Amino acid sequence: MRLAIKNARIIDPASGRDSAGDLYIDGGKISEEFSRPERVIDAKGLVAAPGFIDLSARLREPGFEYKATLESELEAAAAGGVTSLACPPDTDPPLDEPGLVDMLRRRASAQARARVYPVGALTTKLEGERLTEMAQLADAGCVAFSQANAPLANTQVLWRALQYAATFRLPVWLRPEDAWLAKDGVAHDGELATRLGLPGIPAFAETIALATILELVRATGARVHVCRLSTAGAVEMLRAAKREGLPVTCDVAIHHLHLCDMDLGYFDSNCRLEPPLRSQRDRDALARGLEEGTIDCVCSDHTPVEDDGKHLPFAEAEPGATGLELLLPLTLKWAEARKLPLSKALARITSDAARILGVPAGRLAIGAPADIALFDPRATLRVSPENLKSQGKHTPFAGYELAGRVRYTLVGGSVVYEG
Amino acid sequence: MAKLPEAEKLCEQLAAELRPHITPKTAMIGLYTGGAWLAERLHKLLGLKTPLGLMDIAFYRDDYSARGLKHDPKRTKIPFDVNGAELLLVDDVLYSGRTVRAAMNELFDYGRPESIALVVLADRGGRQLPICAQYCGARVEVPAGQRLRLKREADGRLALALEPVRAA
Amino acid sequence: MQRNPQLNDKGELQHLLSIEGLPREIVVQILDTAESFVGVTEREVKKVPLLRGKSVFNLFFEPSTRTRTTFEIAAKRLSADVINLNIALSSQTKGESLLDTVANLSAMHADIFVVRHASSGAPFLIARHVKPHEHVVNAGDGRHSHPTQGLLDLFTIRHYKKEFSGLTVAIVGDVLHSRVARSLIHGLTTLGAPEVRVIGPQTLLPAGVEALGVKVFRDMREGLRDCDVVVMLRLQNERMKGALLPSAQEYFKHYGLTSEKLELAKPDAIVMHPGPMNRGVEIDSSVADGPHSVILPQVTFGIAVRMAVMSIVAG
Repeated sequence: MRLAIKNARIIDPASGRDSAGDLYIDGGKISEEFSRPERVIDAKGLVAAPGFIDLSARLREPGFEYKATLESELEAAAAGGVTSLACPPDTDPPLDEPGLVDMLRRRASAQARARVYPVGALTTKLEGERLTEMAQLADAGCVAFSQANAPLANTQVLWRALQYAATFRLPVWLRPEDAWLAKDGVAHDGELATRLGLPGIPAFAETIALATILELVRATGARVHVCRLSTAGAVEMLRAAKREGLPVTCDVAIHHLHLCDMDLGYFDSNCRLEPPLRSQRDRDALARGLEEGTIDCVCSDHTPVEDDGKHLPFAEAEPGATGLELLLPLTLKWAEARKLPLSKALARITSDAARILGVPAGRLAIGAPADIALFDPRATLRVSPENLKSQGKHTPFAGYELAGRVRYTLVGGSVVYEG
Repeated sequence: MAKLPEAEKLCEQLAAELRPHITPKTAMIGLYTGGAWLAERLHKLLGLKTPLGLMDIAFYRDDYSARGLKHDPKRTKIPFDVNGAELLLVDDVLYSGRTVRAAMNELFDYGRPESIALVVLADRGGRQLPICAQYCGARVEVPAGQRLRLKREADGRLALALEPVRAA
Repeated sequence: MQRNPQLNDKGELQHLLSIEGLPREIVVQILDTAESFVGVTEREVKKVPLLRGKSVFNLFFEPSTRTRTTFEIAAKRLSADVINLNIALSSQTKGESLLDTVANLSAMHADIFVVRHASSGAPFLIARHVKPHEHVVNAGDGRHSHPTQGLLDLFTIRHYKKEFSGLTVAIVGDVLHSRVARSLIHGLTTLGAPEVRVIGPQTLLPAGVEALGVKVFRDMREGLRDCDVVVMLRLQNERMKGALLPSAQEYFKHYGLTSEKLELAKPDAIVMHPGPMNRGVEIDSSVADGPHSVILPQVTFGIAVRMAVMSIVAG
């Protein structure tokens, strides 16, 4: 369809543009202006930004359809303005075979909403022992390889995996956590966990694992993206690693940007997350790290969990929270608190994320795919089960009133959401 | 409005009424808090041999479901054998009769007395149960919205007073 | 900040889930009420009719004979009907969920749930889902809280020492895993005990424990100096397997209470233990059975305290 978006405030972080204007879309791409569009969207009062890119969103297929389905979660993505997302390999079965990856990509494209980029399993069945056929998986469409939240306790396997990935120049995405130091822990090991009597995961479980990863990056030259930072210590280490010139990038999840262990309150299982919510000091370091760019981007770490998984004592509850629809408003909230311009906030979920994903997205340039989010930065949304399209209704932000409502989402020039 | 009778005078009056009926088996129990003060005074005036018992009826009230265990319960102390005793149960104001009913229930959990006689400083009427006082200082009319209390001054003198009933 | 789920909106105690967060007045109210109940337990008719017609369900997901028995005795002394449910919990078996179990019992007209569970926070989850007339009493949740034990410990201390304002109290042993220790620490700080000490090896002390308002001692002799109250915690065998301690012998040598170490405390110091004791591991028999020990009175007071708790929440 030949479409025009008029009177928008166009923000394109990749080019630095932030000005009023119109966008024209033809053949699924952003085009030069033309006359007589088939449809005109009046975007007065709205911001037109590149569609958002979420580096971690669990769609729960295959295997966990009772928690959520491709259909429901891609609908949620569209409602959240997310046009590209990477999904972790911890499906059932895990994404360790090209056939599974292929099937997932087909089913996702049939939904015709966000572009889904599978992250392949680094080891077979995610068991942490044998390497997967990374080259084949990459050919099938995997953009990177990861262990999701499964431990990789064997440093020899980690070393070999990085060497192998480096051979084919394939990125490896790792969440740094030492399995032994984190064993049995469910909350940040500190004053709050002591008060609540919850087994703790010390901050050094993350930094020790990160030190190992960075040394192996030095040794192998593998490109590593460090996922879901949670400690001030890790931010410091990444700062030094980048200064040194190591090929590393990193992200933080929306939750750790805003919340800390105190938010557990009276054992709120909606705050049961991996990694755990840590101290205020850690949270503040993460917010600063994202601002200065040491942390490259923010993701939702969208993980739908059903009621049965959360209506349990804290330590028994399933970790994870819904987040696709909260990526924009929580990123805006972070930026507002730090008095950052809108374009910087949006960079962290568009151009910066695209760079890590390694796909031609996250920009509004002539000829680029027309993946666009039109949102009202001032309109608010009350976070509640009724207002969420995702089948996962559990989030620590329940009851919050957040600003930043998506009104239109376009993927490849088609309107996939109108709200 | 009629003036309230003087508590001290009523005490002496009650002691005079009780004195002829005291036997070696007579024992006295005062109900916290006003009845306990009164009983202490009477016990002394009458020179009773058996030590004084003091009782809190908190655990026997009939309004637990509605009110809960709000007021600070005191410890019931009955330093004699209730079995076979001729008891004088002492309270400051007799009203609905429920306090006395609770006190009797509690007493029977301690043993089986030979008899119980009720001694009160003032009877304000308004009985909701078939309870009456064998020894009564005075009948007092209490206006609506008010409550009759026994107070103890700093020097130990007892006095009756009217107080507005606090809204629940 | 959420309202403390133990209190209703009038500030009255609705559930007893933990001592932390209880206003001082309520802690004192419970102790004072328990005082009155001690009188009841000492007379021949050991019952009062307060909870007649009410049902108390003992929901024990973690086995316990002692605690369950004292709750049962306490409830019966209040004239309540008592039903005991021992539900062995295996994390592997997919049985009925915790909330489903509670919902089913609720349908049988329970008034008070006394709950013991291996997961910290379980009673809070239950309290969020019970009906308005139902009350939850925490009989121990994971490592988090054992409020009736904390209260009976406070009662015992008050009985022997009268005032908290000048006391030095030492808690010795596995504080990391101890819900009893956490509850007692909160109770002591609420009632104004000026110095609360924890004594143990670093492996058995939780992160940031000083933030609870205690002084940490690694050396037991140092820690016991001039104490008024010494509370010994039980050491479980599993600690040796979890690489937290090498042996019971070495533990006893450095952290076990003997008469010789006790001499460092004040001459009138009292020795407490929540039980059951491991003689020769955390405490020497001569101390456990000696003149400073108030371990048996603790058990008696436990019944009166639990009677007080149940009467106050159900009222």
